[in-house]
Amino acid sequence: MAAEQLRKERIDRGIKVRTEGIYALMSWRELLYLIGPRFLLIAGMLLLPLLMPGMYWQRVVSIVCIYALLALSFDFLAHFVGLVSLGGAFFVGTGGYLAAILNTSFGLPPILTVFLATLLGAALCTVLLLPCLPMRGVYFAIVSLMYPLLLARLIEAMNILGGTDGIMGVDSFPNRWIEQYLLIAVVLIFLFGARRLVNTDLGLVLRGIKDNDQAIRASAMNITHYKALAVFIASIMGCLSGACLVHIYMWSGVSQFALDFSILPIAATVIGGSSTLVGPVLGCLILVPISELLRDFGTLRIVSYSLILVGFIVFRSEGLMVYGQRKYHQFERWTRI
Amino acid sequence: MNTTPLLQVEGITKTFGGITAVNGVSFTVNDGEILGIIGPNGSGKTTVVNCITGFVKPTSGKVYFRGKDITGKPAHKIADIGITRTFQVMRPYYSLPAYKNLLIPLFSPRARRTGGWRGGGRLGDRARVGIDILEEIGFERDSYVPYKMTSILPTGYLKRLEIARCLALRPEIIICDEVFSGLSMSEIASMVPLIERLQMDGITIVMIEHRLRELFRVANRVLVLNFGQVLMEGNPDEVMADPSVRDAYFGSRRVEEIMEHA
Repeated sequence: MAAEQLRKERIDRGIKVRTEGIYALMSWRELLYLIGPRFLLIAGMLLLPLLMPGMYWQRVVSIVCIYALLALSFDFLAHFVGLVSLGGAFFVGTGGYLAAILNTSFGLPPILTVFLATLLGAALCTVLLLPCLPMRGVYFAIVSLMYPLLLARLIEAMNILGGTDGIMGVDSFPNRWIEQYLLIAVVLIFLFGARRLVNTDLGLVLRGIKDNDQAIRASAMNITHYKALAVFIASIMGCLSGACLVHIYMWSGVSQFALDFSILPIAATVIGGSSTLVGPVLGCLILVPISELLRDFGTLRIVSYSLILVGFIVFRSEGLMVYGQRKYHQFERWTRI
Repeated sequence: MNTTPLLQVEGITKTFGGITAVNGVSFTVNDGEILGIIGPNGSGKTTVVNCITGFVKPTSGKVYFRGKDITGKPAHKIADIGITRTFQVMRPYYSLPAYKNLLIPLFSPRARRTGGWRGGGRLGDRARVGIDILEEIGFERDSYVPYKMTSILPTGYLKRLEIARCLALRPEIIICDEVFSGLSMSEIASMVPLIERLQMDGITIVMIEHRLRELFRVANRVLVLNFGQVLMEGNPDEVMADPSVRDAYFGSRRVEEIMEHA
């Protein structure tokens, strides 16, 4: 006798269908279904600094935001444009050093240096990455991984920009509340901005490049042009985080080109759920504090940290947000085949 | 009577390493006609299309569009002057619903300049133009089909979506690379009038086909390729009657007799 075979069936919840389009205005329940998760995220982020026990953990909130921006930039490039970037450190370093130079050599206040370093840095990163954009495959990943290594060694070997000591005496933000709420606001703006962008027509073209770049060429559009635009947008997020980091640490050095800035955002994206944009932010909210808690264990910190990552990849490779969104929007039942 | 042909291909040669895929192919495409290109597998049909549309650079030879040299221009520039193509292996955006597939070509500079399919110079609401195109090519407007995910659409719809992408660019020429292959008889039967309608709209069509019976019904002229060279050129009746064409396809006439008895 053949064993009875069962299959899991997933069906959209009625309320999900009802909240698509104008019907969302039918009742408070539908409105709550839409606004609830967004409100939870925004309110949670805004309350975060107030709930922290001390100065140390408030600083961790800022670092979470720095990594969240990088993870957002990674998720956007990798899952909506198809460019896997290992260059988080490249963006951070470029943005960071530019902000430090603008602040110490030109005496500009932090608010201006952050703004200028973000734009100049993003332009610089885009130009430097431009040569590998017409190619498909792993070249972009390799080149974006090499640049931070190259720049760090260059600064050390030629003893420019402060050499191994870095650039010291960078101004901090006026106070820690401004620092934290500026970063939180920036993360929220870029998160919702990126979500909006990927659903515009321009965003569709970018997603089309990931899906099928030959069809984009056949549609009379220059792929390199749009890839460069996407890299510019992603570098803006990366360089912004670097510039803010320098003002938090009041110092800019070669450690800003360290691999941590490339790897941790990717890990956070895996844990949080790739191609959700919210997921990477959530991943950073989990991963960065854990990595702070484990600081006491010295080298063992990396072990436990890696174990978390492996565990996630093996048991929940889809990531938290993908799982969460599925449970929120759909119900499951077993059906006989 | 006509001075310059719409598209002129002169002595195109393309070698891949030691293999000559296309060897000195020349032909012209006249304004408003349907030209069929046939030939056995590996005879270089798709490579000719790739050379014309800029997806590969020809080793030697020239391509002229309305007398202007367009040889070796990048693919997006060639699509931008109105030479569009479909792909033999369909290339839709699988992660998007069907109608959103068209928002992408409608976003292109050419579509915005020309107004897209039948557009009068200015592009209106992209989603509406997209649905209009889908209806034209056989997606039922009032059904769920245009809103379904592309990944679950059957082959017949994907082939139509390939043509739709070309239409969104308000094309001068559509080069169809085997749009009939993989379709059922009834699906082809509904595609043939579509092709004829496009011709009546003034679009020049180049069709690469293996389904000869259906091709000969719509084509004005047929070009036969074999081993990367032009074997013959003529109207469908001449090509069908020519023994060398049969030999190219079946190897010998004996095999063809077997086919007749089967």
